[in-house]
Amino acid sequence: MTVAAPILHVLTALVASPLLLGVIRRVKAWMSGRKGAPLLQSYYDIVRLLNKGAVYSRTTTWVFRAGPMVGLAAVLVALTLVPLGGVPALMRFQGDLVLFAALLGLLRFFYVLAALDTGSAFEGMGASREIQFSALAEPALLLGLAAMARTTHELSLSPMYDEISFDLVIAPSGAVMLVAVAFLIVFLTENSRLPIDDPNTHLELTMIHEVMVLDHSGPDLAFVEYTSALKLWVLGALLVGIAVPVRTDLWYLDLLAGVAGMFALAVVTGILESTMARLRLSRVPQFLVAAVVFSGLALVLVLR
Amino acid sequence: MQAWLDTLVVLLILTNLRLVGSSRLFACVRTVAVQGLLLGLLPVLVQWNTLTWRPALLAAGSTFLKAGVFPWLLRRAVRDVGLRREVDPVVGYSTSLLITMGLLGVTLYLGQRLPPAGLFESQLMTPVAIFTILVGLFLIVARRTAVMQVLGYLAMENGIYAFGMALAVEEPVLVELGILLDVFMGVFVMGIAIFNISREFDHIDTDRLSVLKD
Amino acid sequence: MIWALLLVPALSGLVAFFLRSDGLRRTLLVLATAAHSALVITAWLTAPDCSAMGGWLALDAAGILFLGITSALFLAGALYAIGYLSEEGQHHRTDIEEGFLFKNYPEATFTGCLLLFLSTMTLVAVAQHVGLLWVGVEATTLTTAPLIYFHRHHRSLEAAWKYLLICSVGIGLALLGNFFLAAATAKFQAGHPLHLVFPELVEHARDLDPTWLRAGFLMVLVGYGTKMGLAPLHTWLPDAHSEAPSVVSALLSGALLNCAFLAILRMHGVLVAAGLGAFSQDLLVMFGLVSMTLAAFFIVGQLDFKRMLAYSSVEHVGILALGVGLGGVAGVGSMLHAVNHSLTKGALFLAAGNILAAYRTKSTREVRGVVSVLPVTGVLWVAGFLAITGTPPFGVFQSELMILKGAVDAGRLWVAALYLLLLGVVFVGMARIVIRMAYGHPAGLKGLKETGGWSATTGGRREARWSIVPPMLLGAAVLGLGLYVPPVLQDLIEAAAAALGAKG
Repeated sequence: MTVAAPILHVLTALVASPLLLGVIRRVKAWMSGRKGAPLLQSYYDIVRLLNKGAVYSRTTTWVFRAGPMVGLAAVLVALTLVPLGGVPALMRFQGDLVLFAALLGLLRFFYVLAALDTGSAFEGMGASREIQFSALAEPALLLGLAAMARTTHELSLSPMYDEISFDLVIAPSGAVMLVAVAFLIVFLTENSRLPIDDPNTHLELTMIHEVMVLDHSGPDLAFVEYTSALKLWVLGALLVGIAVPVRTDLWYLDLLAGVAGMFALAVVTGILESTMARLRLSRVPQFLVAAVVFSGLALVLVLR
Repeated sequence: MQAWLDTLVVLLILTNLRLVGSSRLFACVRTVAVQGLLLGLLPVLVQWNTLTWRPALLAAGSTFLKAGVFPWLLRRAVRDVGLRREVDPVVGYSTSLLITMGLLGVTLYLGQRLPPAGLFESQLMTPVAIFTILVGLFLIVARRTAVMQVLGYLAMENGIYAFGMALAVEEPVLVELGILLDVFMGVFVMGIAIFNISREFDHIDTDRLSVLKD
Repeated sequence: MIWALLLVPALSGLVAFFLRSDGLRRTLLVLATAAHSALVITAWLTAPDCSAMGGWLALDAAGILFLGITSALFLAGALYAIGYLSEEGQHHRTDIEEGFLFKNYPEATFTGCLLLFLSTMTLVAVAQHVGLLWVGVEATTLTTAPLIYFHRHHRSLEAAWKYLLICSVGIGLALLGNFFLAAATAKFQAGHPLHLVFPELVEHARDLDPTWLRAGFLMVLVGYGTKMGLAPLHTWLPDAHSEAPSVVSALLSGALLNCAFLAILRMHGVLVAAGLGAFSQDLLVMFGLVSMTLAAFFIVGQLDFKRMLAYSSVEHVGILALGVGLGGVAGVGSMLHAVNHSLTKGALFLAAGNILAAYRTKSTREVRGVVSVLPVTGVLWVAGFLAITGTPPFGVFQSELMILKGAVDAGRLWVAALYLLLLGVVFVGMARIVIRMAYGHPAGLKGLKETGGWSATTGGRREARWSIVPPMLLGAAVLGLGLYVPPVLQDLIEAAAAALGAKG
């Protein structure tokens, strides 16, 4: 395995991740019979925002400014840890999956701090919801990773995903399949996608993630946008690694399959978002507990 | 067949989880029907090589009852009551699900320590059967609606049936028929009782059946 | 013979569902139960070696003993029911507690279910196959649920629902116990097939897997224990007994509990034969003492006299379990106690039905002077109380004494002391209620005015013959058993105790 593959994967992610958002939006527009924004709209947005100046409220402190930066840094490091199917991660060591989960936690932590720093009631509400839901999504992610670790007897993400094969996914106990379902729910939750959160909503009372970043402007908001695009990629990679169990010995084929899988996932997400109604806020935890249960069940099945 | 049996068992676990986690009565009725169907497939898989007409027919009969007649009866009962289609839990759904996961863990752990007996095609079969029984009991305790309690009873019965299947207990036909008839009559009589409860009280919440006490 | 025992009540029950004429149906009820009793007595005295279906159904000593109790009680109940049913009628009536109108279940259904109930209990008594036994016990639940819901109002419905659900779940666990038992035979089955028939199981008990056997007994005890009314699984019992018509309460208490007991005992016999007697005995002693304690707590200060009788049943069920758990003389005493308790409790419930009809209340505080209002019932009520609490010269005294002796013989003095203490508590608790109900001045009681049952000038009213003869017969039998146990019965009890491992 050449060293070029991981580097190429990271570069692809850096370049192509905003495109995923574009694809999702385009699919949704197409499903509802609209023409939709250009595929590259996310890039335009980011560039436009980077060229603007930032406005900071006088009540905020450095914590507020640190939020988007720490968030972007965290997700960049996470990107170097995550493998895409057969393509190993740039960095890999025993137990990197814990660091991976911790980085996502760090990202969330600083976003929440920044939101609280504004002192706005809406942002506080968004932060509290974000924490409530991620408190349930995180165990699902970790339990799922634990189940995978147990199945493949690997403690590092890259070799773990390398072990996954078609036979393993359709194995009769179905543990890996259960993990995939759990990861899908985590993917939707963490990226504030539809049954949990609506990224397009502009009603503060119903917003969860978006309301937290309401006060960011200019380059900060560009960071936030780019961070969410990368987060979509990072978490998507976890899911695609299972859902597209293509493991050839040729690294470019693996990479190609992985990237294709990512875009397929974006299309699926778009379709899901178009066909599902948003869950009532009080029902969301139930949905997330289902994810925890799936992961937990998978873990129990493989522990036996 | 081992592989398919494992899949079946996992599906069985999932139906149980859905039963506990769902808030809609009809969804629960459907889930129990699916459970009955899965159990109907069980003897076919357990005794794939030695399947004879007799157990096959019995399995077909019990599947017909569990996946066809009971759901039909219960759906009718719910429709006749026509008031509430929510499950109305005493214990919330998320808590219920977590408790259920705990139960699953415990049964799987204990399942490893039970002395082996009978034809265990799948290691999972016995613990999951017991798990299903416990889920049934849990539903009876933790749900208010009378229909839900009947569903819990059915889940328990399913678990017991699965246990018998796991052991490949050769019950004589007469006994099996008797058991089936009893379960059928049980659900039937409970259905009548539910109908009467709804007529008498305008609801089917059993926790409001609380006049009689010391 | 066995088929006749099963089919006579079953078929007449089915016929009763469709008979339009009340008179014919009631005659059928009495005739069928009388025929059943006659068959039981014939079977008992001639002791034919009868079995059916390759030994799955067989009349052994234990079966005849419990069948005899059931049948005798049913005969009394049927006689009582004739009068009761004609008194009840089919019109709308006001509820005695809350004053709303309600209607009874159709009498045909009642009679039909009653007869089917007898048939299912016969099945329990004669079933030798584990599965058939289960089928029988579950069937008794289903046939009695409509009986409890005879008065169609919300309280009886609540009682019937609880009964149905709790017992179905309990009996479901017993089915699991049966499968455990089957698992215990699995090791053995490699050689040659072993039917789950009790005589065969006893014969090969030592080859069974002890762990599964223990688990199986536990499940069966919990399962059938629910039906039997062992605390803490008795919760359906007071509700069902207090809301059901008195005839049904008498049959539930006197016959049904015994049938469940028999089911537990058959399993106990297997454990004793397997050398695990100590395990099952300890469990039985524990459940027995818990039941007695709980019942004693609830009897003291009980406000509803039918509930009081129900808790007394819980107590006596506990005594039965305790007796078998102690083994030896106590085991034999337990068998005798089953007979005595059934007859006494039957008489008491029927007497309670008479009191309820005259006073139109179940409250112990609103009943006074039963002896002057209903002279015969009053005497029966007091005598029944003395009998059930184990006062000499009634039969219960003798059987309770035997159980005490068994405890002392086994060197379990603490058990004996607790047993005596609880019996004492129950005696005092019941005495306070019963004596106050029986004596005192009945004037000005609300319920009595409504029925016009009593006036200062004319005194008590004439009691209908149907309402006093059956309980009197039952009471006389208990008294008789206290004075003299016929050798025929003695032999039967000994044989039953030996067969069921109650002596071990």
